[in-house]
Amino acid sequence: MKELTLFGMLKLVVQRDMTLAMRRRADVLTTLIFFVMVVSLFPLGVGPEMEMLRKIAPGVLWVAALLASMLSLGRLFSADHQDGTLEQLMLTPQPLAVVVLGKIIAHWMVSGLPLVLIAPVLGIQFDMRMETLGILILGLLLGTPVLSMIGGIGAALTLGLRGGGVLLSLLVLPLCIPILIFGTAAVDAVASGLSPVSHLSLLGALLVLALTFAPWVAAQALRISME
Amino acid sequence: MAINWFKYSAPSTFYALAGKLIPWFAISAAMMFAVGLYIGFFVAPVDYQQGEFYRIIFIHVPASILSMFLYLVMAVYAALGLIFNTRLSAMMATAIAPTGALFAFISLWTGALWGKPMWGAWWVWDARLTSELILLFLYLGYMALHSSIDDPRRADRASALLAIVGSVNVPIIYFSVKWWNTLHQGSTIKFSGTTMHVAMQQAMFIMLAACWLYAIAVVLARVRSVILERERQTKWVAELPEVRA
Repeated sequence: MKELTLFGMLKLVVQRDMTLAMRRRADVLTTLIFFVMVVSLFPLGVGPEMEMLRKIAPGVLWVAALLASMLSLGRLFSADHQDGTLEQLMLTPQPLAVVVLGKIIAHWMVSGLPLVLIAPVLGIQFDMRMETLGILILGLLLGTPVLSMIGGIGAALTLGLRGGGVLLSLLVLPLCIPILIFGTAAVDAVASGLSPVSHLSLLGALLVLALTFAPWVAAQALRISME
Repeated sequence: MAINWFKYSAPSTFYALAGKLIPWFAISAAMMFAVGLYIGFFVAPVDYQQGEFYRIIFIHVPASILSMFLYLVMAVYAALGLIFNTRLSAMMATAIAPTGALFAFISLWTGALWGKPMWGAWWVWDARLTSELILLFLYLGYMALHSSIDDPRRADRASALLAIVGSVNVPIIYFSVKWWNTLHQGSTIKFSGTTMHVAMQQAMFIMLAACWLYAIAVVLARVRSVILERERQTKWVAELPEVRA
């Protein structure tokens, strides 16, 4: 049998996880519906004044995205852990970090990307203007992969623990605060007539940083959890 | 003369050493607290701007400094335990976490008490307050992860990894919160041009030293309990006079 290259392995894992996710579409939809619901609750909670809604929109969307991404993180490794696939994946000659990266990418495409795609609709509900909406989407596009990566570390650390879901949020949410700050700050900057480039660059820098280290750290965490 | 630095990295020898050191650290901490509080309350003059309220800094500032340093010390111990697989380092990291969390809590609490008369609000979303709060969350996450894993070896290694990831994240969080704060609202209060009175400085440094000594004493006492708990099956624990009694 021909040995897989690193990229081949990555592609294989992404394809496999996507196929699995597409067979259980309900899970994907639950995350999305949760996101829409949390965002829709805010106008009911704080009142329907458009002025205020426009002001809180970026924060609300970002916090909801943060919570929604926590929701699906528990499933990142647990199904493969239960049926033993994870152990087989760990035995492959390719580094475990590549497998983890593949799983994280698939997780983002299933749970992060749909949020980014639905966000404009929700933004319009909050009466956001077009240019701020564009920056919000761009920020979400840069930021949600980082959420998946940091979440991947947390998911690997809490693999197979009782009460894993709540614990996972407790571990991961504080680490996600910078993403939240830069994401909302970029939108605020545009809204007040400033350039959002610095915030978006910082988000991009965090993405590169996470892309470099997070798969490796998550792989280490998996090894600790599986031994 | 060659000193065997690794002698005290074995839990059995360190247990005895810690037992001998604790009284020294505890007594000196108590003395430093007494002296520091005396100078702070009776010798240091009244601040012309803040009145008597400023005196809370003698506990607030050392607690904040320690809460941050202890996280770093904890992460270093955790990393040592993870890299060299030394049992004692991992135990030290677990023993430090509650003390660090306590100092973070004291720092927030005293900050709120000071904020009410000075700023007119118990809580202000100031960069320093917010990052201290996040630091408390990080401590709580570390302890929650450690206590939810039954196997102590896995618990040590998993929480060590979390501590390291957290310590990488601390500067990022701090700067992001700082920028966030300057964006949303102007900095409310700044300690501009602090020409502190000598007695104030003395009290502050003595209190800082007292907090350090207290932290070391408490951590050593806690690590002794951790050692006893982890090594309860071993022969040397069974032969200890306090265990036999």
